[in-house]
Amino acid sequence: MDKFGAEILVEALVEEGVDTMFGYPGGVLLHIFDVLFDSPINFILTRHEQGAAHAADGYARATGKVGVCMATSGPGATNLTTGIANASMDSVPIVAITGQVNTQLIGGDAFQEADAVGITRSITKYNYLIKDTRDIHRIIKEAFYIARTGRPGPVLVDVPKDVSINRASYEKIDKVTLRSYNPTMKGNPKQIRRAAEAIAKAKRPVIYGGGGIIISDAAKEVRDLAEKQKIPVTLTLMGLGGFPGTHPYFMGMLGMHGTWSANRAIRDCDVLIAVGARFDDRVTGKLDEFAPHAQIIHIDIDPSSIAKNVPAHLPIVGDVKTVLHQLLHELAEMPAPEHAARDKWLAEISLWEEEHPLHYRKSKKIIKPQFVIEKIWELTKGDAIITTEVGQNQMWTAQFYKFDHPRTLITSGGLGTMGYGFPAAIGAKLGKPDKLVIDIAGDGSIQMNIQELATVAQYKIPVKIAILNNQFLGMVRQWQELFYNKRYSHTCISCQPNFKKLAEAYGVKGYTVEDPEDVEPVLKDALFNDDPCLIDFKVDREENVLPIIPPGKAVWDTILAPPPPRRKKPESKGGPQ
Amino acid sequence: MKHTISIMVENRFGALSRISGLFSARGYNIENLSVAPTSDPTVSRMTVVTEGDDRVIEQIVKQLNKQIDVIKVWNLTEHEAISREMVLVRVSTSDRSQDEIIRASQVFGAKVVDVSSNSLALEMMGDEQEVENFLNLLKPFGIKELVRSGAVAMLKEGR
Repeated sequence: MDKFGAEILVEALVEEGVDTMFGYPGGVLLHIFDVLFDSPINFILTRHEQGAAHAADGYARATGKVGVCMATSGPGATNLTTGIANASMDSVPIVAITGQVNTQLIGGDAFQEADAVGITRSITKYNYLIKDTRDIHRIIKEAFYIARTGRPGPVLVDVPKDVSINRASYEKIDKVTLRSYNPTMKGNPKQIRRAAEAIAKAKRPVIYGGGGIIISDAAKEVRDLAEKQKIPVTLTLMGLGGFPGTHPYFMGMLGMHGTWSANRAIRDCDVLIAVGARFDDRVTGKLDEFAPHAQIIHIDIDPSSIAKNVPAHLPIVGDVKTVLHQLLHELAEMPAPEHAARDKWLAEISLWEEEHPLHYRKSKKIIKPQFVIEKIWELTKGDAIITTEVGQNQMWTAQFYKFDHPRTLITSGGLGTMGYGFPAAIGAKLGKPDKLVIDIAGDGSIQMNIQELATVAQYKIPVKIAILNNQFLGMVRQWQELFYNKRYSHTCISCQPNFKKLAEAYGVKGYTVEDPEDVEPVLKDALFNDDPCLIDFKVDREENVLPIIPPGKAVWDTILAPPPPRRKKPESKGGPQ
Repeated sequence: MKHTISIMVENRFGALSRISGLFSARGYNIENLSVAPTSDPTVSRMTVVTEGDDRVIEQIVKQLNKQIDVIKVWNLTEHEAISREMVLVRVSTSDRSQDEIIRASQVFGAKVVDVSSNSLALEMMGDEQEVENFLNLLKPFGIKELVRSGAVAMLKEGR
């Protein structure tokens, strides 16, 4: 029996298991929205298409499923692009469906026409313009398959209005086959053996894990490798949660705002096991000083990530989980590692940790942003999903919230998109309704997608927003302080709304907190109920994210936090008090 | 160093722009490019001549392989290959030089494809070096117009 293109589209989405989608209607989508009106899909109307793309992304990261967003032609499509680029950089599986003008009008500068496929070519894993109603079902199937397999990523499907109106039959499609697309899952056994030998012989090994651990669901395997082989672990921003943040072998995040111990360990390690990470410039700093003494084992499903920035001695292309299984199996047949050497290495790392731990100056007068994050961690017992915006709020969260489980930190790593955290939190909450979801925001970022307060109010999505409000675009201000003689060019945003009242205007509960003593009681009141809320924490205005390795520099150039006050007074006379 | 890369790609809407877009987006250089369908009309063969050090070329090959539309990639420079370019060139002539040009061209197997009172158009095919030599030979006579194709190339088969 023939169906409208719009019906085929929605049926194909349901067949792919889509239960929630985010979007915004428009002229060329009217037929599709008419079908959505009584479909089983829970459609969330965001207040901006960018919000829809980020919400789909947050949904995907929280659940591991493909997130779906939809926007109309022209401005709808262009408004999605930031969200698509964001998903592309962080390998997030989303399918973005855009409306397009009638096929006969394409290329004629019709009303609300934009070349969505052309515009998104370099920010999607793949994209389609559907020209025939008969292709809808197959293309939707392929789009989901491409989005979620291999190194995941966004796929855009552009649907002209007439394609959604024309009729075709809904044929059953069993399997997607693409002769040109077959991601490698299993690692080469010879390479695995060589890697196992290198690990077994190592005296100062380090695991450097990235987002690939989370994507391939390999946290257990990483933990097995670390514990059985006594290997300390550091994670990238995208990897946090891939190994327990409270584990004694965990050294913290590495890179520009990484811990001293993690960066020192990278500097001195003899074998570096890179697991689903891509040697991003925020991680490596100066390339030739990154793990200069190490034999580098690089496990990644994307061959183009291997040896892109840093040459790998032992490249292993494959799915992280599968490869780690193979590696653990190989290692099990080898003699146990030299425990004395490993213990010595772990002790050395502990020393660096003691030397320069992550810390900040506490205060009773003014709220320290790190203090807010520590309190959120304590109160949630590390069991919440935290999304962040981008900048200082994001780095402090990475440093001071200890992520024990995969998919509990949702943050824009590669693209660094301000305005990501709040809509992503909406997506995460809808994907994981039983979890407490908190967006740790800055006062700059939150204003980039604040309109979504209307979305949480309309659908009663109990997302919590904690703004670390320093009335600055804090990260840029910090760089101006450190590298541009404190010339705060256009980073002061003290002219801002009363966030509490703004939230209330949208029908969302708001709080303002100015006294450190109020932080805990307000959090207790705000977090543990089923209502959305916004908390505006007025924090120390010029607090910096430390440590920082200045861009392009090496670990020796780290600017460290001032040393913590000593517990015991030194017995020697003199010296700084 | 120059590399000739041969790409077997789905003959699909947007495949060419996806690949040329990849080169420009990642800052790789395209010296020349040719593309046409193969004996299988669903597959196109693309030949790209590009320049870069080993790391750049390795990345180019990996990034090409990553494209969903790409079926197979060969770096022909790493193997024995046959490569041909074609050139159409119009040279100024005088009564004296015309014969000289035609004789010289025959050495390169070039063909006269158009004649006017003061010019000759020649067609010539060869590998890059041969085309280069041919053009150098013609230069003193005065090249009025020149159109050169991208390279087409295939692997030699082992004996």
